[in-house]
Amino acid sequence: MRALVLVKVAWQSILRNTLRTLLTVLGIIIGVGAVIVMVAVGLGAKERIHQQIQNLGTNMIVLTAGAATQGGVSQGAQTFNRLTVADAEALRRESTLLAAVSPVIVAPGNVIGGAGNWRTHTQGVATDYQTIRDWPVSSGAFFDATDVRHARKVAVLGATVAKVLFPDQDPVGQEIQIRNVPFQVVGVLTAKGQTAGGSDQDDVVLAPYTTVQTRLAGRQFIPQILAATASPADIPAAMEEIRAIMREQHHLASWEEDDFTVRNQEDLAQAAERTTEVMTVLLAAIASISLLVGGIGIMNIMLVSVTERTREIGIRLAVGAHSRDVMIQFLVESTVLALIGGAIGVGAGFLSARVVARLTGWETVISPPTVVLALAFSAAVGIFFGFYPARKAANLNPIEALRYE
Amino acid sequence: MPALRGVDLTVKRGEFVAVMGASGSGKSTLMNILGCLDVPTEGTYDLDGERVNGLSRDALADIRNRKIGFVFQGFNLLPRTSAVENVELPLLYDRSRRPRSTRGLALEALARVGLADRAQHLPNELSGGQQQRVAIARALVTRPTLLLADEPTGNLDSRTSLEVMALFQELNQQGLTIVLVTHEPDIARYTHRIVGVRDGRVIRDVPLPERRDAAADLQSSQPVLEE
Repeated sequence: MRALVLVKVAWQSILRNTLRTLLTVLGIIIGVGAVIVMVAVGLGAKERIHQQIQNLGTNMIVLTAGAATQGGVSQGAQTFNRLTVADAEALRRESTLLAAVSPVIVAPGNVIGGAGNWRTHTQGVATDYQTIRDWPVSSGAFFDATDVRHARKVAVLGATVAKVLFPDQDPVGQEIQIRNVPFQVVGVLTAKGQTAGGSDQDDVVLAPYTTVQTRLAGRQFIPQILAATASPADIPAAMEEIRAIMREQHHLASWEEDDFTVRNQEDLAQAAERTTEVMTVLLAAIASISLLVGGIGIMNIMLVSVTERTREIGIRLAVGAHSRDVMIQFLVESTVLALIGGAIGVGAGFLSARVVARLTGWETVISPPTVVLALAFSAAVGIFFGFYPARKAANLNPIEALRYE
Repeated sequence: MPALRGVDLTVKRGEFVAVMGASGSGKSTLMNILGCLDVPTEGTYDLDGERVNGLSRDALADIRNRKIGFVFQGFNLLPRTSAVENVELPLLYDRSRRPRSTRGLALEALARVGLADRAQHLPNELSGGQQQRVAIARALVTRPTLLLADEPTGNLDSRTSLEVMALFQELNQQGLTIVLVTHEPDIARYTHRIVGVRDGRVIRDVPLPERRDAAADLQSSQPVLEE
């Protein structure tokens, strides 16, 4: 009964001056709204990065030439490029954990065909590449092992290249020229969209690595070998296995460091997610400053209210209210005030997140824990900033309070 | 200089006492001590067989709640709060009572002062006399040992003052002990006993043999024409 009476009394005194109440809680509304929007944008970014990294291929391991560090100094990958097609073949032959292995040879250059020409990258890969990247074709088929073995001049187009060169027709069966070498298009890949870094994954032409090496690149060394395990659980063991095979392959003595780097997709994902997490926390922290400002607004109006209602407090004390009763009454009032602000703020944040998503095209994610946390935080602000005015009210002398004009 | 010195006063159960004195005489301090709003720096005060000195702030609040009903000059009703809710207020702070119908008790008290039909009215919808009667109902609702009235007719015209005094006399006849502070001799004549205070001392303490009957005076006075 008592709790209900307290909330009712608080509610009545809040309703007594609607405009003042609204202006008072405006700070809390803006604060909570800002926190909700910031966290929604941050979570959206994290979600998107997560999806994009999944997009790259789930169980992918990337082997690049050159050590990450040499003698404690970062050398940058590919400083001493010693990866070869033979390494890729050794991995495929000797590994027990890897389900797929593919070298990646990059040959930049113009591609001519269909509607015109287009400057892109041609990548020489094995058939396993499709498994590793989990990248289906939308039309035609991926080239097969026979194409690779015979170094046939066949190509699979990325969605962007297909759209630019063959805007109105199916490119499958058409002929294109890569650096003046004719290739037959056998398939078109589905669109994957942009990477987390913003580059277009679909702006690519894939061809058998044997063909690219002999016809286009002509180099012995390759920049990258991609591999994939059957399940994510195998990744750590598989990475160790790759290191062992590669060290043997490169005849490294036990005191020599690796001249290659093995990374998995999860490492990259975690690094990227950590970055967005830090950003989210930072933005939310800045937004919560306005919550504090809102709290000061509540404290201000509660002090005014205590002064205005000195007589009321005197009456309550005279008829038997304890100091605690008066204190709780005003604390309930400031908390209800802050919670009203919090609730409106959640609504405002929800709408703003939608508007932001609409205007910028960013993904925004409103998570229930954020809403609960924001409401709890605004209640805490109400109690914290209501404490001083409530104590002031509770400590009034009943005789003076009754005489107050 | 202390506000009160050497005051020795006993009020018996069922008495109707008027405390009279000019402003600054110390009658307000006496009133505050009797009402357990203040405690004497020296000396003792016993209320209903209970020693009040040295009690904590909250213990004093409980005594005020259970044993004392206040009626003030300025009515002191909560604004924007209905008559019945105003009367209910002391019951909400009663810690000893088990939950029961506070609303019913409040309506009962309003009926006792003749305002049963005004229960839902706000103070600003009531006349001065009606507001003071709501305040009296609030003082009665806890069935107190002592009703303290501080200049209860100070803000009322003479006819309404008579009405309020008639109500006090009626309540007193039902057994309620009343101490009334006033500076108007006309009002004091409706009580049993007059205590005169000056410069912090009791200078006069006399019984009133020929007390006037407010209800009878109300009958004989000119009826107010109403349109």
